[in-house]
Amino acid sequence: MPPLLNASGCLDALAAPDVARSLDAFVTKTVTPLPRDGNAPVRIAEIDCGMLNTIGLANPGLDDFVCDTLPRLLELGVPVWVSVGGFRAGDYAESCARLDDEGVEAIELNVSCPNVESPVEATEEIVAAARAATAKPLFTKLSPQLPDVAAVALAAARAGTDGLSLVNTLRGLALDPRTLAPVLSTATGGVSGPVLRPVALAAVHACYAATGLPIVGMGGVETGRHALDLIAAGASACALGTILFRDPDAPARVRAELARTAFRLGLEDPLAARGLAHREAEMPLPSETKIPAKVD
Amino acid sequence: MLRREAPSVVAVEPLGAYSLLRVERATLECGDPGQFFMLTPPGRTLPRAFSLCLAPPGELAFLVDPVGLGTRALVELQPGDRLPVLGPLGRGFRLDVPRPLLVGGGIGIAPLVYAAERLGRAPAILGFRTPEHAKAASLLQGAEVVIEPTYVTERLSPGRDVLACGPEPMLHAVACLAPSAQLAWEAPMACGYGACFGCAVEIRGRLRRLCVEGPVLTAADVVPAELEAA
Ligand SMILES: Cc1cc2nc3c(=O)[nH]c(=O)nc-3n(C[C@H](O)[C@H](O)[C@H](O)COP(=O)(O)OP(=O)(O)OC[C@H]3O[C@@H](n4cnc5c(N)ncnc54)[C@H](O)[C@@H]3O)c2cc1C
Ligand SMILES: Cc1cc2nc3c(=O)[nH]c(=O)nc-3n(C[C@H](O)[C@H](O)[C@H](O)COP(=O)(O)O)c2cc1C
Ligand code: FES
Repeated sequence: MPPLLNASGCLDALAAPDVARSLDAFVTKTVTPLPRDGNAPVRIAEIDCGMLNTIGLANPGLDDFVCDTLPRLLELGVPVWVSVGGFRAGDYAESCARLDDEGVEAIELNVSCPNVESPVEATEEIVAAARAATAKPLFTKLSPQLPDVAAVALAAARAGTDGLSLVNTLRGLALDPRTLAPVLSTATGGVSGPVLRPVALAAVHACYAATGLPIVGMGGVETGRHALDLIAAGASACALGTILFRDPDAPARVRAELARTAFRLGLEDPLAARGLAHREAEMPLPSETKIPAKVD
Repeated sequence: MLRREAPSVVAVEPLGAYSLLRVERATLECGDPGQFFMLTPPGRTLPRAFSLCLAPPGELAFLVDPVGLGTRALVELQPGDRLPVLGPLGRGFRLDVPRPLLVGGGIGIAPLVYAAERLGRAPAILGFRTPEHAKAASLLQGAEVVIEPTYVTERLSPGRDVLACGPEPMLHAVACLAPSAQLAWEAPMACGYGACFGCAVEIRGRLRRLCVEGPVLTAADVVPAELEAA
């Protein structure tokens, strides 16, 4: 079975430990070196077939996270992935170095938050700096808004990423129907949910073809069928984001649906579908499918 | 432990400008007055927050103001339709107060109806925009009803332990008049259980999640000291 994770920022394991325990690994909200209150309200809005958010990386900062939050997360008995963010390559290196001694399973490099300023350096430099700072598995999380996501994925691979997390949100805008003013405090926010699904599929498809790296696929997954599509496009694990908001029981449901849907297609294990969407094309064989999470 | 079920709708009963949405209780708990449930309207990506209004035997009942896409979809539900319900969530009213007074504005009367039931008898002042909206006051026997341009805050008697829910300007006015008041606030909520950080409001000087710390807060949690002093 492909591991099932939560998407960063879409679950607080300490507020909902049972939901976290229903996953194969828990991914934290992005942590930055310094604490952040996040953006002003209004921070969320529903849109047709999805939602917008502008949380703005609200987090306690690295020190507080490592000293206070992480020990409690590690007690839950679920492998913990820490998502790290920042505004320069040094921020990522600092966080990775600090986490290198901790009992975390993997580190996700969030280089793609649409609601805060982008880091100054290119993804390749950030990954290289992080790589130099830790031996932990590194998953680089990319934006679907990149003009050539596969090229950036390749650059991340060159710099030593172990895998990719695809995709983060797209930038979007919603207006209040009565005032025609932006609903969100920062005007634009990140688009997630079903509307992101075809975009995520395309990014996973392109990055798998380019790199063959392990990929955590996400973007609008609500059912086992959606997860299987991402796997066929090249994902080796899936993450649930927006669906968790209305259905905290989604992990168990999606896992069962995924097994059933794959079985109906004649696949013993859904992972056997990995890359099937590429059958016609010339493909590098996947170099590695292992995802650091508990697998039953 | 989060409880989620998809019980059947028993009835949707118009009540003036609002509707009372009654669903089967299934294995869900009623919780404390002021706690809330997330209901997912058909066809919507996100659930919506609703205070429990009534707890008839075997049922949960919510008072719905059909202001937008989700609330309108809810009042169009038919008996027998399944409705995903998550809850109860958040922190409700403390009921162990010596001289409770329920103060509600508009749809904010919803949690006060259940609070009155749990308190036994408690005086209530309810304010509404129009006589049509005021019809919902029938849910709270014996309540004093005022209709704009009169405001509930004009009728607040001192020395009472106020439990209030209503529009933000009303809550701010109550907070200034009754510093010990318990106030039930609203914020846009995507999840209701602490997962999204979407519901952040300023509480004790910092942005915190209303669904975790509230929705019921004390006046001191929200009113800066200088405003109170003024
Ligand atoms: C803790 C809590 C308890 C709540 N309890 C109740 C309750 O018991 N009964 C109840 O009816 N509602 C209650 N609400 C509010 C309810 O959740 C909102 O009405 C709902 O989220 C708005 O959803 P919608 O689908 O109607 O509007 P949406 O389609 O989500 O929004 C459409 C538009 O309507 C606007 N809008 C949203 N809310 C209002 C409003 N109140 N008045 C005017 N315009 C608005 C939005 O800004 C948006 O532009 C509660 C909210 C919270 C946080
Ligand atoms: C409320 C919210 C907060 C998010 N916060 C983060 C974050 O802190 N770091 C991050 O890398 N992605 C964040 N994301 C993006 C998600 O991890 C995910 O990439 C995206 O939502 C697509 O998946 P979905 O459609 O299943 O939600 C957030 C998304 C939402 C909706
Ligand atoms: S509504 Fe999601 S954290 Fe409060």
